[in-house]
Amino acid sequence: MDVTTILLLLLVGSIATFFAGDKWASKIALLFSLGALGLSLYLLNLLNQGTNISFAGEWIANPKVALAFKADGLSMAMVLLTTALTPLIVFSSFGNSFNNSKNFYALILFMAFAMTGTFLAADGLLYYVFWELALIPIYFIALIWGNGDAEERKKAVVKFFIYTLGGSLFMLIAFAYLYSKAGSFLLEDLYKLDLTATEECWIFFAFFLAYAIKIPIIPFHTWQANVYQKAPTVGTMLLSGIMLKMGLYSVIRWQLPIAPSAAKCWMPVLIGLSIAGVIYGSIVALRQKDLKKLLAYSSLAHVGLIAAGCYTLTLDGLSGAVSQMIAHGFVIVGLFFAAEVIFRRYETRTIADLGGIRSQTPKFTSMFMILVLASVALPGTFNFVGEFTVLYSLSQANIWFAVLGGTTIILGAYYMLKMFQDVMLGETNTKVFADVTANEAITFIVIIAFLLFFGLYPKPIVDLVTPSLKEILEVINK
Amino acid sequence: METNLALVLLLSPFVGFLFNVFFGKKVSRNVSGAIGTLTVVVSFLLSICFFAQLNQNGKPFEISLFDWIQVSNFKLDFGILLDQLSLLWLLFVTGIGSLIHLYSISYMHDDENMHKFFAYLNLFVFFMITLVVGSNLLVMFIGWEGVGLCSYLLIGFWYKNQPYNDAAKKAFIMNRIGDLGFLIGMFIIGAWFSSLDYMELKATLSELKLDTVDYITLSIAALCLFIGACGKSAQLPLYTWLPDAMAGPTPVSALIHAATMVTAGIFMVTRMNFLFDLTPDVQHIIAYVGVATALVAASIGLLQNDIKKVLAYSTVSQLGLMFLALGLGAYTVAVFHVITHAFFKACLFLGSGSVIHGLHGEQDMRKMGGLRKAMPITFWTMMISTLAIAGIFPFAGFWSKDEILMVAFEHNKVLWVVASIASIMTAFYMFRLMYLTFFKEFRGTEEQKHHLHESPSLITIPLIILAVLAVIGGAINLPGSMWLNHFLEPVLAAKHEAHHLGLQEFTLMGIALAGAIVGIIWANAKYIKGGFVPKEDSEITGFNKTIYNKYYVDEFYTFLIVKPINSLANFFRTTLEPALGKVVFSFGTLANGLGTQGKKLQNGNIGLYLFAFVLGVCAIITYLFITTPVAQ
Repeated sequence: MDVTTILLLLLVGSIATFFAGDKWASKIALLFSLGALGLSLYLLNLLNQGTNISFAGEWIANPKVALAFKADGLSMAMVLLTTALTPLIVFSSFGNSFNNSKNFYALILFMAFAMTGTFLAADGLLYYVFWELALIPIYFIALIWGNGDAEERKKAVVKFFIYTLGGSLFMLIAFAYLYSKAGSFLLEDLYKLDLTATEECWIFFAFFLAYAIKIPIIPFHTWQANVYQKAPTVGTMLLSGIMLKMGLYSVIRWQLPIAPSAAKCWMPVLIGLSIAGVIYGSIVALRQKDLKKLLAYSSLAHVGLIAAGCYTLTLDGLSGAVSQMIAHGFVIVGLFFAAEVIFRRYETRTIADLGGIRSQTPKFTSMFMILVLASVALPGTFNFVGEFTVLYSLSQANIWFAVLGGTTIILGAYYMLKMFQDVMLGETNTKVFADVTANEAITFIVIIAFLLFFGLYPKPIVDLVTPSLKEILEVINK
Repeated sequence: METNLALVLLLSPFVGFLFNVFFGKKVSRNVSGAIGTLTVVVSFLLSICFFAQLNQNGKPFEISLFDWIQVSNFKLDFGILLDQLSLLWLLFVTGIGSLIHLYSISYMHDDENMHKFFAYLNLFVFFMITLVVGSNLLVMFIGWEGVGLCSYLLIGFWYKNQPYNDAAKKAFIMNRIGDLGFLIGMFIIGAWFSSLDYMELKATLSELKLDTVDYITLSIAALCLFIGACGKSAQLPLYTWLPDAMAGPTPVSALIHAATMVTAGIFMVTRMNFLFDLTPDVQHIIAYVGVATALVAASIGLLQNDIKKVLAYSTVSQLGLMFLALGLGAYTVAVFHVITHAFFKACLFLGSGSVIHGLHGEQDMRKMGGLRKAMPITFWTMMISTLAIAGIFPFAGFWSKDEILMVAFEHNKVLWVVASIASIMTAFYMFRLMYLTFFKEFRGTEEQKHHLHESPSLITIPLIILAVLAVIGGAINLPGSMWLNHFLEPVLAAKHEAHHLGLQEFTLMGIALAGAIVGIIWANAKYIKGGFVPKEDSEITGFNKTIYNKYYVDEFYTFLIVKPINSLANFFRTTLEPALGKVVFSFGTLANGLGTQGKKLQNGNIGLYLFAFVLGVCAIITYLFITTPVAQ
């Protein structure tokens, strides 16, 4: 048994959902995504027992493209993030109704399929195909089921599409060049390549464009807030919870080990740029009028810190970054869901129109509050583990990086608590706000339980990813 | 067995929290309050057990519960350390905590969210215990941020009132500024010594030979930790959140913002005494920051008219005196004052709560007066505590404050003079408070006058107990016996000589006492003999106005930090973001140009880009065919 089964299951699930019809689509999608989660947990167990669950097969003879999937701790962590969040995201949408829901849910599963493929692929071209495939479903999801004025939405979504596609093309060129050197797209062959400093530099920045747009790192972030706002919440969750982690994962898996000396040479600049994103995102978030946009900028700030951790090229930086990726994935999905819960009742996301909700909804308030606290990395949440480790790694590189990056704990508290106050507190709102339904509560509780459990006991996750990160560091420092 | 008991000690309030969160609304308010109180009492009783045991065998109890966070050069476990220092803190945290819980059953009885109040209060005690019993800095940090969270929740307890929410938010954010310092300090220490465990650090640091570079690094680490302490313990320049925190219900002010949480900074510095002892320059900074805070806060306290605000500034000022002692290396003296202060300040806050309760929410002392007769127990307990804080012989505050002044005198006469002035001011504003509240005629409305009454026994019993402690609390470290000094010796790195009572000591005591009496006479002359009642806000002029408005420090911070950040945020949002979007996207105009061409061929936009994508892949694969040699 190997990891291709997860991919197959998701693909089959996508097709099954499409043929299930509108009435059953959401349930079938949930079923298959839960199946994928169970399967990946089972495979994780096999991996922990020492079984090889990777897969290598032929695909195209010339040029030599292999059907290679590498499953180590790192990729399995990301696969699990995907397969855990997908059912959660599907389930969270049960309170909404969508036109043509069979298409909608089929696209979600297809996207999960493509993202899982991206995390597993160990062949450059295969990886690239999955990387681009993931873009197509989200494009349609945002465009067709999004909200707001159709023309504006189209503008934002198309911009996003061209933007990310444009960035990826540079990556493709880099792969082509690497192929001409190595005669193969295989990850291990690319790791072995001995490139000159100039070559590495070009390769590094070709990758960087693709990833900096996807993550996003400033100043390549301008597509983000608008798309997050315009996309339906499910789409926003997929984008912020999983898809942007594709970029961060790829930095660790592809960019750093393939062009390590360039990474070392540009380290201060890269960390600096990432941290600038932390501060910039936090400050922009302060004055946002739209709840989803505010969360988008908070996301920008958080991923900036993760990227900074990756670029320290230390074990602490990488492992903190991976922890933070997972923690952020869960918390941001939870926060966007909170925004959705509010929207379902008040049909607005404009912060100025909200307020006075707390007195009507003790349950929702508590759960929203815990998510806000996780987002500002209160000790005891998994987010703290990641943030602490990343900041520690930054302090090793240069204490000022930690000080500047650390402003996130102050600014983050500022914009999140301000948002919470404006949205939830104050005199009771005249409009009635029904407390969360059972379904809504389940989504929140799963997320919160996850964040609190691993906040106190992060060892399983850290132990899972550490060996593979060490391997990658060996390649980087060879 | 011990491990289990320690766990019960730690988790009991947490169980109370869970109960009140999930079942608090279903049971009656008294049950909710009683369970909240009992869980804290359990911790208190267990603290006594551990304390008695430690007193007998002198061996600290340390366990590691599980591995928590791991970085490349060290591992942090979730460990508990019950030694002299932590047990001392536990005793008064859980002891005073129990009393205040008891008090709250009556005080919060009419609040519809009483169960929530007890939930938060229990959660606070849980985090406070975590802070105190942790065996390394990072576990302390969990408690540290946790109590900050509870403080936030409780200051904003009446969340319908937005200014209260602002105060809560301000407290959290200002604390986080300090917390960043704390984190950076931990990073430096962790990177250097590969540990954050107190015992290990103490062992390593005691053998450390410092050269200049090391000394500077170590000083920076110590300074960063002190910044953390400044945030939590409301020292200059991070003190402004504490007076605002009075927005919370009065038991919260007594427990969190007077007796326990705000002393966390002093706990931390005392815990890390072996570090601070190595960095005399940082100690100087601590001493000066402390004494400056004591003076500034005391001077603001002189003119406040809100009874809780007076007490709040008094707390800031007293904390300043404690930091003065810490900065002079007199850790025991600081701890001594922490404990006596916890007794009398908790009593004062609870007393003010009783007054506010009796007047149905009135906090302005200009509308009080003459309450002595209607509220005798409240009056007498507060009077005793006032005498204690003013430093009158033989009340608890006399002994602890006197020691601080003595230590200051030995080190630096300027510090002594400034601290003495602050003490005189303390005596003045505290008696001003008492005179305005309890003496002369009642100045409130007729209706209020009609309803004046002493508070119920659940409120007065804690007051009486605390007042008794405010009388006898000094006994734990009387000159001559110095029990506390001996008790804490194992925790402290350097030995501190106890004062031998001689002519100098008696003279200093005399001067301190005389100073306090001067303050009282001054207040008496003005408010009893002169019959002066503070003017309306609009009539305050001149320098008094500056003081009344707290030297405009809040306004200054708003002008210097809050406003610029917000304008920057606006500028980023309205100008820079769109501009960035345009600039970066102009790289895409090429693609756009192609797109326009493509539009002529294809009708739909959606298909076009997919087409472009496929085309791109094909182009690349073709390129590969051409460049790769076929023979393989």
